[in-house]
Amino acid sequence: MLKQIEGSRGVAEAVALSRPEVICAYPISPQTHIVEALSTLVKSGELAPCEFVNVESEFAAMSVAIGASAAGARAYTATASQGLLYMAEPLFNASGLGLPIVMTVANRAIGAPINIWNDHSDSMSQRDSGWIQLYAETNQEALDLHIQAFRIAEELSLPVMVCMDGFVLTHAVERVDVPAQEQVDAFLPPYEPRQVLDPEDPISIGAMVGPDAFTEVRYLAHDKQMQALDLIPAVAADFAAAFGRDSGGLVRPYRCDDAETVVVALGSVLGTIKDTVDELRDEGMSIGVLGLTSFRPFPLDAVRTALAGAQRVVVLERALAVGIGGIVAANVRMALSGISLHGYTVIAGLGGRAITKASLTRLFHEAVADKLEPLTFLDLDRDLVERELRRTRTTRRSGPAAENLLRDLGTRVG
Amino acid sequence: MERVRFYQIGSYAAGNRLLDGELQTVQSDTHRTNSLNSGHRACQGCGEALGARYALDAVMRATGNQMVAVNATGCLEVFSTPYPETAWQVPWLHSLFGNAPAVATGVAAALKAKGRTDVRVVGQGGDGGTVDIGLACLSGMFERNDDVLYICYDNGGYMNTGVQRSGATPHGAATTTTPAVGPQPGNDFGKGKNLPAIAMAHRIPYVATATVADLRDLEYKATRAMEFRGARYLHVLVPCPLGWRTASNETVKIARLATETGIFPVFEAEDGEVVAVSKIRKRRPVGDYLQPQGRFAHLFGATPREDVIAKIQAEADRNVRVFGLTDPEVPVHGVVS
Ligand SMILES: Cc1ncc(C[n+]2csc(CCOP(=O)(O)OP(=O)(O)O)c2C)c(N)n1
Ligand code: SF4
Repeated sequence: MLKQIEGSRGVAEAVALSRPEVICAYPISPQTHIVEALSTLVKSGELAPCEFVNVESEFAAMSVAIGASAAGARAYTATASQGLLYMAEPLFNASGLGLPIVMTVANRAIGAPINIWNDHSDSMSQRDSGWIQLYAETNQEALDLHIQAFRIAEELSLPVMVCMDGFVLTHAVERVDVPAQEQVDAFLPPYEPRQVLDPEDPISIGAMVGPDAFTEVRYLAHDKQMQALDLIPAVAADFAAAFGRDSGGLVRPYRCDDAETVVVALGSVLGTIKDTVDELRDEGMSIGVLGLTSFRPFPLDAVRTALAGAQRVVVLERALAVGIGGIVAANVRMALSGISLHGYTVIAGLGGRAITKASLTRLFHEAVADKLEPLTFLDLDRDLVERELRRTRTTRRSGPAAENLLRDLGTRVG
Repeated sequence: MERVRFYQIGSYAAGNRLLDGELQTVQSDTHRTNSLNSGHRACQGCGEALGARYALDAVMRATGNQMVAVNATGCLEVFSTPYPETAWQVPWLHSLFGNAPAVATGVAAALKAKGRTDVRVVGQGGDGGTVDIGLACLSGMFERNDDVLYICYDNGGYMNTGVQRSGATPHGAATTTTPAVGPQPGNDFGKGKNLPAIAMAHRIPYVATATVADLRDLEYKATRAMEFRGARYLHVLVPCPLGWRTASNETVKIARLATETGIFPVFEAEDGEVVAVSKIRKRRPVGDYLQPQGRFAHLFGATPREDVIAKIQAEADRNVRVFGLTDPEVPVHGVVS
C-alpha cells in the first residue's frame, strides 16, 4: 500500500511485517522513531506474538538479541553511532555464534566532538565485525532491505545490519510502498534456527576454542560472507519477482556502461550524485555512478566489472579512516588491482555537512580534468584549519580544537 | 519443601547414603541426572564446580529438565567447555563476560514469545562477571523483573585470569592486584559490593545466599527459587583452592567457617525483606576462617595485623547483629588457634 510516511515509520512497518518475536532497543538519535513505533505496535497487539524488551544499554540490547536468537526467536534491534560502538563486543559475538539477528543502523557520526548528524563512521567502524552490511539509498529501499535482510540472515545464519542515513532518511517523510502481510509471509518463511537451545536436545553454544580450530572457525565466517555474494543478488531477484520492484543486490550501476569517470558511493547521497551526473551528462561529460548496496561482503568482482571500462574512479564516502584516508576507497582499490586507472578519494558530508550539487559539480569537473588531490575533503574550510594548525604549533595550550574553530567561525562567542 | 540439614541427621556421607532410603538425598542415587558431568577441567576441590553442579541439578529436578543455562565468561565457562567437548547436560549458552543476565533475558523473552512458559532460564557467572562488569545488565534484569534465576558463584576474585581482585574480594585478602606488600593490608577496607543487598534493593521476588558447606541448603534454595516467577538471585560462596591458597580437600570446611564466623550470612529474602536466616550454632572467631587461607597469611605473619583482623571481626559482628545469626545472641567462642 502506498503511504506518505516518515522513513523510520516505514522501517518499523517493514520490520513488523517480518514478524520478529523479540525486539530490544535502547534509544539514541536518530534511531528513536523506529523503536518507538515498534514498541507501540507491540503494546497495541498489532505485532504479536512479540516481546519488546526495554534494556539499560546497547550492550544489553545486542546481548538480549543474542539470547533470543539462540533460543530460536527472530530477533531485531536498532541503534546508531555511540550505541553501535557500545555494542561492539556483543556485535562480534553475534556473528561469531552465527545468530541471524537483524539490526537497523541509523547512521550517525561518532564523537568527540559529539555530533548527532549523519555520516557513516559508526557502521564503517564495525566493518570487520562479521555482520553483513547493506546500505539503503532511499526509504523505499530501506523498507525493502529489511525484509530481505531477515531472509539473508536466516538462510546464512549470520547477522545483517541495514544501514540508513540518520535524519536524511529516518526523519524524511516520503511516499513508500508498504507491502501486504501476505506478500511478506510468502517471501519470508518462519525462522528455522540451525542450532537452538532446546531442553529436548541439549547442546552447548559458545564453547572455548583454542588455536587448533580458531583459524578454521574464522575461515568459515569468511566463507559464509562469500556465500552471501551469491545469496544477496538471489534474494534481490526473488524480491523483485514477488514485489515488483528492484531493490537490494550487491551494486547498482547508473549510467556506467560507457562512462570514462565513475563515482562510487553508498547511502542516500547517491540521489544527489545521480542528479548531478544527469546534468553533467547533458553537458556531454562521460560520467556514471556505481552505488554499493552491499559493503560487507564487499563485492570485489561486481565492482571490478562495473569499473573495468572506466578511466578514473572517484570514491565518495562519508567516513574517514584517520591517518590513511578512505575506507570504501581502500576496498575499491582492492577490486581494481591490476587495472590501471586514476583513483580519487573524497571524504564528504562528515557529521551531517550538506553535500550540495554545486560542490559535486565542481568536484567532478576537477576529477575529469585530473586536477583533484588523491585525497580530498569536500568543502573543507582551509583557512579555518590552517588557523587552528598555526595556533597549535605556536601555543602549547591552544585549547579545544572544536571550540577554537567555532569561535573563529563566529558561531560561538568568547 | 522440607529442609534437611546434614549435621542434624548425623551423617556426612555423600547424599546421606548410609541412611534409610527415604532419608537419602537424590545425590546418592547413581542414576540421577547431572547438569555438569565429570570430565570438566576444574581444579581439584573447586568450590565453583561443586556449587554449580548442585545448584543446576536442583533446577533441573525442579523443572523436569525443562531449563536453559546461560553462562558468563570465567572459570566455570572455561573449565566446562573446552571445544569440542562440553561437560553440560543442559542446553547451555556462553556469550561474553559482562552480558549473561541480558542474554538470559533474551532467552526468556524468546521462550515467552513462543509460549514455552514451561522452559525456565538460569543465568550464572562468577563474582567478577556479576558484581563488576555484568552489574548493569543484572540490575536491568532485576528492574524489569525478567523471569530468570541468576546465580553468582562468589569465589571472591577474578580467578580465571589469575586471581585478581574483584568488587567482591573480601577485606584484607591478598590478590595479584591487591598484593600485601609492606604495610598494605591486601584488599582495602570499605570497598566491598554487597550484591545480595543490592538485589534486595530491587525488591525482586526472591534473593538467597548459600555456600557449598551446606549443599542441601543450596539445593533447597535453587529449588525454592524456581517456585517464583520473575527475577531471582542466588549468591553462593564457593571457595577456590587456587585463589584462596587452601588445600583442595578443605573447600567445604572453609566454606563452613565462613558461615560459622558470621563472615558470610546465609539467608533468604522475599520482595526485599529477609524471611529466613541460617543460625550459627557455635560461633567462631574470624581468625579461624582467615588463618588457613594463604590469601590472608600476611595478617598472621611476623607482625600480626590485629588491626585488620579486628576490622574483619567487626564486620562479622555486624552481620550477626543485622541478620540475627545467633539465637539468642551469644559471644564468640574460643580464640584464634
Ligand atoms: C570484556 C572482558 N574483559 C575482561 C575479560 C577477561 N576475563 C575473563 S574471565 C575474567 C574473570 C572472571 O572472574 P569471575 O567472574 O569472578 O569468575 P571466576 O573465574 O572467578 O569464576 C576476566 C577478567 C573478558 N573475557 N572480557
Ligand atoms: S581457579 Fe578456582 S574457581 Fe577456577 S577452577 Fe580452579 S578452583 Fe575453581
